[in-house]
Amino acid sequence: MADDHDHHEHDHHDEHDHHDHDHQHPMSDTALRVKALESLLVEKGLVDPAALDQLIDLYETRIGPRNGARIVARAWTDPDFRAALLANGAEAARTLGYEGRQGEDMKVLENTPETHNMVVCTLCSCYPWPVLGLPPVWYKSAPYRARAVNDPRGVLEEFGVRLADGVGIKVWDSTAEMRYMVLPMQPAGTEGWSAEQLEELVTRDSMIGTGIARDPQEASA
Amino acid sequence: MNGGHDLGGMHGLGPIDPPSDEPVFHEPWEARAFALTLAASSRGHWNLDQSRFARESMEPGEYLRTSYYEHWLHGLEVLLEEQGLIKDGEIEARMKDSTPGEFTGFADDRVLAADKVVKTLGRGGSARMDGVSAARFNIGDRVRTININPPTHTRLPRYARAKSGVIELDHGGFVFPDVAATDGVKQCERLYTVSFTGAELWGEDCEYPDDVILLDMFDPYLKAA
Repeated sequence: MADDHDHHEHDHHDEHDHHDHDHQHPMSDTALRVKALESLLVEKGLVDPAALDQLIDLYETRIGPRNGARIVARAWTDPDFRAALLANGAEAARTLGYEGRQGEDMKVLENTPETHNMVVCTLCSCYPWPVLGLPPVWYKSAPYRARAVNDPRGVLEEFGVRLADGVGIKVWDSTAEMRYMVLPMQPAGTEGWSAEQLEELVTRDSMIGTGIARDPQEASA
Repeated sequence: MNGGHDLGGMHGLGPIDPPSDEPVFHEPWEARAFALTLAASSRGHWNLDQSRFARESMEPGEYLRTSYYEHWLHGLEVLLEEQGLIKDGEIEARMKDSTPGEFTGFADDRVLAADKVVKTLGRGGSARMDGVSAARFNIGDRVRTININPPTHTRLPRYARAKSGVIELDHGGFVFPDVAATDGVKQCERLYTVSFTGAELWGEDCEYPDDVILLDMFDPYLKAA
């Protein structure tokens, strides 16, 4: 463990006092509780402390929404891949190397000029980890989970998205083990761009459906 | 269960207030709680549905007051105690004496080793199951959801009970969470995506009666309309 904690502010196992070295605030009860639980589970041999560091590193630095952005940009530039992605999202993502926990079965939802898709999990926090990483706090929060299904347009407005008149909304409540990712519309004026250029326009929120892809003018400003 | 987790349609929770950017984990303890949960769960003493049930079992007021990883921590503690892997009061005692846990080796070969993390998470584990019985519904069929209020785990949220919708997708057989959460048995049931109109879920007078809400529904939740 001692040689593998670059991402943490301190070494949890060597820390004997109840203070956070960096901030000089007393550790919260919850932080203390987690530390005590970790110490117990390590002692009982139920978790490998080095595995904990590996898990954190995996989701902090290696699995995140840039994976999804690469998939979207590829779909915008490769009609065959787009068709494969819409037919079986998990399978197509796998061909680009993105697969695993919480993305085993995934469907990709195509936004069109007529229909805007948006994803929520009202019961917990279901989210396609291999392509988007771990969900942001707001996605797991009570207000989003409560309102996405009965006030989606109000929610979109909070995210600065106003749909044109006549655009229908489809809200997908992930109540089972299918995971959903939105394929946003390619911004106008980006025809002929390379996949690498387009990737920069694909935001995490545009793949949840609480955003749209970035405007190329804005992106270059 | 009709717990604090079943939030669809609830009022009065305030704005969403999304930050423009945020770290994956907001506090170091969140990262530890996340990793502890994944590592401890990988031993197979409980399944995903039992994990969800354990988190939902938090007292509803407390569920709404606490943060996401506090729900995870609660769930993990419940499962560990149920399995007899930690005893009541053990965490509190350890909080007081602050002895660092010494790692002296794995309890058994099911413990997730550091060198297996990337492969294990990269492989995942689909809840899909073979041997599903013939579909009772076709795409486009009108269906009605049942009205149930079990005190145990279900993935049929309150806002979608006793509502009429249309079968949109047929995903094939999956582990049925209502049973898996209770006794750990993998019962295979067909999973559909069913669409509902805003008017059906929220009333004719709602602001956007034509908006569509889709939920994944297991066959036992549905009857022909």
